[in-house]
Amino acid sequence: MDLSTTYLGLELPHPLVSGAGPLSDSLDDLKRLEDAGAAAVVLRSLFEEQLTGEELAAHHALEHHADSFAEATTYLPAADEFAFGPHEYLEHLSRSVDALEIPVMASLNGTSAGGWVDFATQLADAGAAAIELNLYHLPTDPSLDSAQLEAGMIELVKQVKAEVTVPIAVKLSPFFSALSNFAEGLERAGADGLVLFNRFYQPDIDPEELEVDPALHLSDRGELLLRLQWLGILSAQRKLSLACTGGVHEMEDVLKAVMSGAHTVQLVSALLKAGPAHLETLRDGLGRWLEEHEYASLAQARGSMNLARCPDPAAFTRGNYMQIVGTARRFLS
Amino acid sequence: MSEPKTQRRMITVDGNEAVASVAHRTNEVIAIYPITPASPIGEHADAWSAQGRKNIWGEVPKVSELQSEGGAAGAVHGALQAGAVTTTFTASQGLLLMIPNLYKVAGELTSCCIHVAARTIATHALSIFGDHSDVMAARQTGFALLCSASVQEAHDFALIGQAATLKARVPFLHFMDGFRTSHEVAKIEELTDDDLRAMIDDGLVRAHRERGLKPENPVVRGTAQNPDTFFQAREACNPFYDGCPGVVAETFERFAELTGRRYRLFDYVGHPEAERVMLLMGSGAGAAREAVEHLVAQGEKVGLVIVRLYRPFSLDHMLEALPKSVKSVAVLDRTKEPGSVGEPLYLDVVAALRQAKRRGLIEHEPHVVGGRYGLSSKEFTPRDVRDVLAELSKPEPMDGFSVGIIDDVSHRALPMGEHLCTEPKDRVRALFYGLGSDGTVGANKNSIKIIGGETQNHAQGYFVYDSRKAGAITISHLRFGKDPIHSTYLIQEADFVACHQFQFLDKFDMLENIVEGGVFLLNAPYPADEVWGHLPREAQAAIVDKHLKVYVIDAYGVAGEAGLGVRINTIMQTCFFAISGVLPRDEAIERIKVAIDKTYGKRGQAVVQQNYRAVDAALDHMHELTPPTEVTATRGRLPIVSAEAPDFVQRVTAVMIAGHGDRLPVSAFPPDGTWPSGTTRWEKRNIAREIPVWDPAICIQCNHCTLVCPHAAIRAKVYDAAALEGAPEGFDAVDVRGSRELKGLQYTLQVAPEDCTGCTLCVDVCPAKDKSNPRHKAIDMVEQMPLLEKEREKYAFFLDLPQIEQKDLPRLDVRHTQLLLPLFEYSGACSGCGETPYIKLVTQLFGDRAIIANATGCSSIYGGNLPTTPYTVNAQGRGPAWSNSLFEDNAEFGYGMRLAVDDQTSQARGLVASLAGELDASFAEALLTADQSDAAGIEAQRERVAQLKQKLSDLAGPQVERLRSLTDYLVDKSVWIIGGDGWAYDIGYGGLDHVLGSDANVNILVLDTEVYSNTGGQASKATPLGAVAKFAAAGKTISKKDLGLEAMSYGHVYVARIAFGAKNQQTVRAILEAESYPGPSLIIAYSHCIAHGYDLAHGLEQQKAIVETGIWPLYRFDPRNIAAGKPPLSLDSNAPKGSVETFMRAEARFRMVEKMDKARFASFVAQKQEETRRQRAVYEQLAGITIPTEEATTAED
Repeated sequence: MDLSTTYLGLELPHPLVSGAGPLSDSLDDLKRLEDAGAAAVVLRSLFEEQLTGEELAAHHALEHHADSFAEATTYLPAADEFAFGPHEYLEHLSRSVDALEIPVMASLNGTSAGGWVDFATQLADAGAAAIELNLYHLPTDPSLDSAQLEAGMIELVKQVKAEVTVPIAVKLSPFFSALSNFAEGLERAGADGLVLFNRFYQPDIDPEELEVDPALHLSDRGELLLRLQWLGILSAQRKLSLACTGGVHEMEDVLKAVMSGAHTVQLVSALLKAGPAHLETLRDGLGRWLEEHEYASLAQARGSMNLARCPDPAAFTRGNYMQIVGTARRFLS
Repeated sequence: MSEPKTQRRMITVDGNEAVASVAHRTNEVIAIYPITPASPIGEHADAWSAQGRKNIWGEVPKVSELQSEGGAAGAVHGALQAGAVTTTFTASQGLLLMIPNLYKVAGELTSCCIHVAARTIATHALSIFGDHSDVMAARQTGFALLCSASVQEAHDFALIGQAATLKARVPFLHFMDGFRTSHEVAKIEELTDDDLRAMIDDGLVRAHRERGLKPENPVVRGTAQNPDTFFQAREACNPFYDGCPGVVAETFERFAELTGRRYRLFDYVGHPEAERVMLLMGSGAGAAREAVEHLVAQGEKVGLVIVRLYRPFSLDHMLEALPKSVKSVAVLDRTKEPGSVGEPLYLDVVAALRQAKRRGLIEHEPHVVGGRYGLSSKEFTPRDVRDVLAELSKPEPMDGFSVGIIDDVSHRALPMGEHLCTEPKDRVRALFYGLGSDGTVGANKNSIKIIGGETQNHAQGYFVYDSRKAGAITISHLRFGKDPIHSTYLIQEADFVACHQFQFLDKFDMLENIVEGGVFLLNAPYPADEVWGHLPREAQAAIVDKHLKVYVIDAYGVAGEAGLGVRINTIMQTCFFAISGVLPRDEAIERIKVAIDKTYGKRGQAVVQQNYRAVDAALDHMHELTPPTEVTATRGRLPIVSAEAPDFVQRVTAVMIAGHGDRLPVSAFPPDGTWPSGTTRWEKRNIAREIPVWDPAICIQCNHCTLVCPHAAIRAKVYDAAALEGAPEGFDAVDVRGSRELKGLQYTLQVAPEDCTGCTLCVDVCPAKDKSNPRHKAIDMVEQMPLLEKEREKYAFFLDLPQIEQKDLPRLDVRHTQLLLPLFEYSGACSGCGETPYIKLVTQLFGDRAIIANATGCSSIYGGNLPTTPYTVNAQGRGPAWSNSLFEDNAEFGYGMRLAVDDQTSQARGLVASLAGELDASFAEALLTADQSDAAGIEAQRERVAQLKQKLSDLAGPQVERLRSLTDYLVDKSVWIIGGDGWAYDIGYGGLDHVLGSDANVNILVLDTEVYSNTGGQASKATPLGAVAKFAAAGKTISKKDLGLEAMSYGHVYVARIAFGAKNQQTVRAILEAESYPGPSLIIAYSHCIAHGYDLAHGLEQQKAIVETGIWPLYRFDPRNIAAGKPPLSLDSNAPKGSVETFMRAEARFRMVEKMDKARFASFVAQKQEETRRQRAVYEQLAGITIPTEEATTAED
């Protein structure tokens, strides 16, 4: 079965991509993913905030007590031999690119305009096949309205596109009030693809200790529906590549994502739970299903259930809502 | 030899780096051990070898850290014997420990040049500062003594010594003055590798190697000789010593031809027909040269002889230097030899001139006097030089004088004349008053590099540091000028003064030394137009009277906006360049930015960008102040200490706190180094910007906060409600909670607002949260300034509240022990220190009967570094008696104390028994059989002893007299031996092991920071696998020594491993058990430290993590359990959980490895996990072992 797909201009044998997660941290795991048949890998995000935070923390640790006391003007060896900044990530990226046959994509979460562009350039220089801009941002500032926020993000994509030649995907959260419009803006700004959706760090609360637990929990299949809905809408509206991430665990999930319009599906939690070999199971299952259902290729199924082509488009949009509201009205009357 | 090919460059370095640069390139083996002020030489050498830097023979020198200087000397001796070109670096006590080997190396005529940053030897007190007492103690070893007097000379002589020793066969000790030269930053011409090759004769290196021990050509060295031969054989070395000065002179000449810098064995400066001449060696020559040239210009016939090669002493070369016209000579020694006719250089000169006269080499023997100067880096200035030369004008100049101090006891000091300025008019002299933490010194070092490196100007920087680690104050002395700078003394007339901390205006008279029309830069937290109104009277007066130009900036405001926190260094540096005129403004700004990039580039762009922003913002926020024409202030500087302070504190301590210790006369000081305890309480340092504030409504009175406080600055008391009468408004008191037995009493938790350092550990540990707003805890950090007055009043009232005593506590758990009075308070330890809470706890429990032997290190510095002393007394006047002997002997030192106590106790008991009839037999019996196992028992015995004293006052006789001086020994003493891991694991391990192997009732507390903290984080055998430390720059590859397991192997030693941040109850229990154990006890206490590379506000979290991961298991090994049929080992921490990797990543000491080499880090993580697993398995097995008692064994038989 021909499962091939094109994502961000990259020709891939099938749509199963290992998404940004801890499995991409070591070269050994990346090799295992490749051996298990991943079509491509996305490295874990380079977080500018984390980098900056560590730089400043290390700087503070090294400098705060320096030159204070006659017997010791420093407390750790001179820092000539180690350096802070994105070097570690870049080195890992570069080694991964060298070691793997499959495309290696980098992921970036910036905090400053300069940071996004600088780091994206460095990631491209280090050999990333594509860069995923992870627009993770929790807008807690009440003075920042949604239009400003979106305009800023669109501008940022423009700036990055102006500096790098590798394809750019934008990873989004589902919480935009006008996602279709925003996606259109991103496409105009030059984005080559969208990744739907980012899973926010949603901290838990410890009632005993009255503390916030910032742990990130693995996804479950229930999260897929939101992705399917927006894949279905956006694939009908936009030409750029689409990737589904979050909630893809079983073969059916892959199939649904593709039918909704995804060019690739990114797997993280599923692989963490079941191991890299699960990729092979999914790929084989997908091929088998398509064969059993007499599809010529995966391409035939792509977008078949999106807003433009599905039998009941209203179910994607207002209809669903209305139906429930309508039910409620019936009760009330 | 070959001619130099490469161009020399100018570099800006300190003396230590200047020496290291040559020593590392001209040696094959380097044995090191940290000691102030020489540690950085070894650190440079180690770091360079770790980076793969090669010596002139293309090899990376082998740099190896030993367990002590004695060990380093042994390794040097061995490496030399095996044919390697070998060196070491040391100072002071370290050099003393090397002496036995120095004799050997010299006796065997072994080519070697070691380097010493000369430092005071500890006598009545330790001093880390510079003088020649250490090198003078090695003058008899047979090593040649070559002395450099400046940073350039230190660089040059390091090479000259190395070159000369290869030819002379006499080993060389090259020394520079500790701190004044070792730490002075100066612009010097760097010797190239070609220079080094030109000077080091490879043929001589080969010859040295040939003399090495080889089985192919075996010889025997180190024989034992007998009366028939030793003497003659010892005289056989004479020709080498006779020839050595000539070799040095010839080496100096070759060096001059190569570099143009000409040195002689004795250099002369001054009038060619001088009649009065001063002779000295070392950095004092800089000041002396300036003064002599100044006096000669005024027509005086004076001169200066600078000694370069002190040993072997060359009479001929000295005579060559000394003008024939000389009538009198003053020889100045930077050392003191009490009881001698004179100091050593003086005696040598006297003997040399006497010989010269006898041999007819001179017609008249000049009148020679000797004097002492500059002990422990005491300032030696042109004024002192002038005063000495003036003394020589007298018909009978004083002999054996001292200069630079006021001696009103033996009246041997020369009277101090008026200040003498000898510096050229076009020189810029700038003084900067800053905090260690604000980065002032770092910025100034950068400024010197900018000016020294980028312009034709010469530059000099010297930095005066605080004796306290928390809130440490720094004073930077910077000079810039067209001519070389020889001013080897602090700036006495400043053209520019910068005050980086506004509150310093109330502490120092920093405008005292600014010149008329000088520039004053002030960091003030006020708008420019309000600053004047906040200045104390003294500052306003100086500004008005001296017509100063004043610039102000709110540097903290700018730093805050730039995200720099408290690091105002870049901002103040920018302002300095903008207004000092040393460089054109725009050029200076550009160069600062280049320097930022160079300095911080590797720390990441975030750091660089922050500093760039600060540079740009600084100029916009600096304003010139137009001061009024008269003083308007209504207040003066605050008093240094309270008027209630005791007389000694008022007369002596306060003067030292004010920075005027130099003005104190000899009579102010106890002659034997004995100082009163409990004086930190009078020094109100006010260094916390935020302090904890108590909310009694939420507090659960667990007292965890007081336990973790490193400075005893948050305290809890319980007391009767009646005591609250007269409480100041706002003084909080609530009913006691959580203690049934203390119910009915009142409880108060109170911060010492002026003693708190703001570390936040107390808030971090506080478990009590407001249920509606958990961000609010029972204690929160709040800005100090607005609270100061009120909290000061509350704390004063709190201190006067009744103090509960140990005997009245129901239990000794964390909650209750923390109600006891700490007898260790407000020390100079780092903010957030992980060591001091243990010491404080020990003093709370046993302080009123404790004798403490303290190893040199952090704990001796914050424990006894003047001006003030943190060990204190209770209301009855009892408290810890504390002493520091050395670094290496502390276990033995404490053991000696135990022997003395035991002996005197035994005598006292014998006398009581003997006098039982006169004292009343039942009373004597009670004294002798008293149960002193708890506080009540101790208190009861104290009462008996008081009665005994009363009874003895009515009796007479020799036995009664003896017993009178011994009565206090009838109360049990608690002997504590305290020190760090450098002492316990390394240099003092032999002694520690010996004491553990005894039955002495001593309590050994090892404050384990896993590095040599006090000297700057060098690796010890306590340093864990995978941690980066100095001397283990790539991460330590060997596991930490399991000191506890070694001690357990004796079977009779109580051993505990504790970490107060992880399980405070276990800490308290272990300390109580250790003290109660009637034999040797060893407590290994995990102590987080700034050398671990993270903000110590997280120290407790990291303690928890290191215990949870199993890296630091908690246990108690109590031999008493054996008899009870229980396992002696109790494992007090749970099975490991949590990630070793996460723990390691959180500390820069481990994380740096990952930043350098990811694979190496991964390997360390894996090894550490395995090590932790094995360690746990071993301890679990041990904890399951029950050793059959003798009875049981017999029964089975």
